[in-house]
Amino acid sequence: MLALFLRDLKLAIRTGGGFGLALAFFLIVVMFVPFGVGSDLTLLARIAPGILWIGALLACLLSLDRIFQLDAEDGTLNVLATSPIPLSGVTVAKSMAHWVTTGLPLTIAAIPLGYLLNLPSIAYAWLFVSLFIGTPALSFIGAFGAAITVGIKRGGLLLSLLVLPLYIPTLIFGAVTVIKAVEGSNPMPSLMFLAGLTLLSVVIMPFASALALKANLS
Amino acid sequence: MSLWEYANPVKFMGLSSRLIPTLSVLTILCLVTGIVWGFFGTPDDYKQGSTVKIIFLHVPSALMAINAWMMMLVASLVWLIRRHHVSALAAKAAAPIGITMTLIALGTGAIWGKPMWGTYWAWDPRLTSFMILFVFYLGYMALWSAIEDSDTAADLTSILCMIGSVFALLSRYAVNFWNQGLHQGASLSLDKEQHVDDTFYYPLLFCIAGFVLLFVLLVLIRTRTEIRLRRAAALAARNV
Repeated sequence: MLALFLRDLKLAIRTGGGFGLALAFFLIVVMFVPFGVGSDLTLLARIAPGILWIGALLACLLSLDRIFQLDAEDGTLNVLATSPIPLSGVTVAKSMAHWVTTGLPLTIAAIPLGYLLNLPSIAYAWLFVSLFIGTPALSFIGAFGAAITVGIKRGGLLLSLLVLPLYIPTLIFGAVTVIKAVEGSNPMPSLMFLAGLTLLSVVIMPFASALALKANLS
Repeated sequence: MSLWEYANPVKFMGLSSRLIPTLSVLTILCLVTGIVWGFFGTPDDYKQGSTVKIIFLHVPSALMAINAWMMMLVASLVWLIRRHHVSALAAKAAAPIGITMTLIALGTGAIWGKPMWGTYWAWDPRLTSFMILFVFYLGYMALWSAIEDSDTAADLTSILCMIGSVFALLSRYAVNFWNQGLHQGASLSLDKEQHVDDTFYYPLLFCIAGFVLLFVLLVLIRTRTEIRLRRAAALAARNV
């Protein structure tokens, strides 16, 4: 499993067009917001938590189809399915690799982008923590969507239609955490819910993904 | 004699063809009684005037929108565990009906909301969670139509329905959490039956029974269609 994790990590970094792309997309989304709603700093500060969370979520969505698509095309997935590691273990390794190459960089990039959107200074720590805790859920849920659509040609649009509704609770708890911090009230309850959601996704999603992969491979 | 006998398509076709006439009559009776009684046999509400009567469409459709998803979940589990094709097809048949019920609930709610709350749409927890349910139905139906192999499609949609149920439920409560304090929950409690007077309650029961029967009837008819489509495809494949 560790070998698979490292392999996916190396593939993501060395083959261009995946690793930095999500970050660039995130930057562009954040940059577009002032174009769309005006550069009023108080307004930007008000909507910053939501924009940062939605931006990170959409950037995460972009790279989901890579989790299984390439391996399915060249037959690696069939080899993995017959290997001694269970398919759910394969999914865990791949989801973790996706998080390290997408969720983690997005979490770090959100801090300077938050400054661009005039996010109040008390909220930075909460923004970082909420994204750090919440993005693994995005990767694990996303891997499930990728596993379901792996057999479909040009399933990108379908993938987003399936995955985005599943992202709703994560987005709500994540954004509410930051909003509560901005308002000066206690963000802990929503952060706890977010952590619970991530743990739930880590526990159930690999099995669901493995079921979906099996159905697609047979 | 067990319930599982009707997992056999031939038995299912036989039973459903015998049930459908009776069910149709019962459905029409319930719906006509409920709606006519509700629309013409009840007084106007002292505060809401005659707009209150939209409750006879709104509440049953909202109820069935959720119950249709529950039925799909049960049918999906039966498919995953016991691999009965009729079950998978019934889940497929129920989705378009469920999404229609969701739309009726949202539509009648909007029409009711305009005179009562002064707006067609508010980001109220209940309205929002129905919007979310609508999106889940869309994804489910899109997945069915995207996969060619029917057994794979049944597998994948069943898994999606299972996981979707977990997350739809989570969204339902997350939405409450998100909009806490913005909206008083009590402003919507007209929906709750204990707040409805008996004069509205009895015709409402007829309407709910009518919608349940209508749902069962439509699912049976659509499942029969799916089975026949499957048979036709099998015949066509054999002749080639």
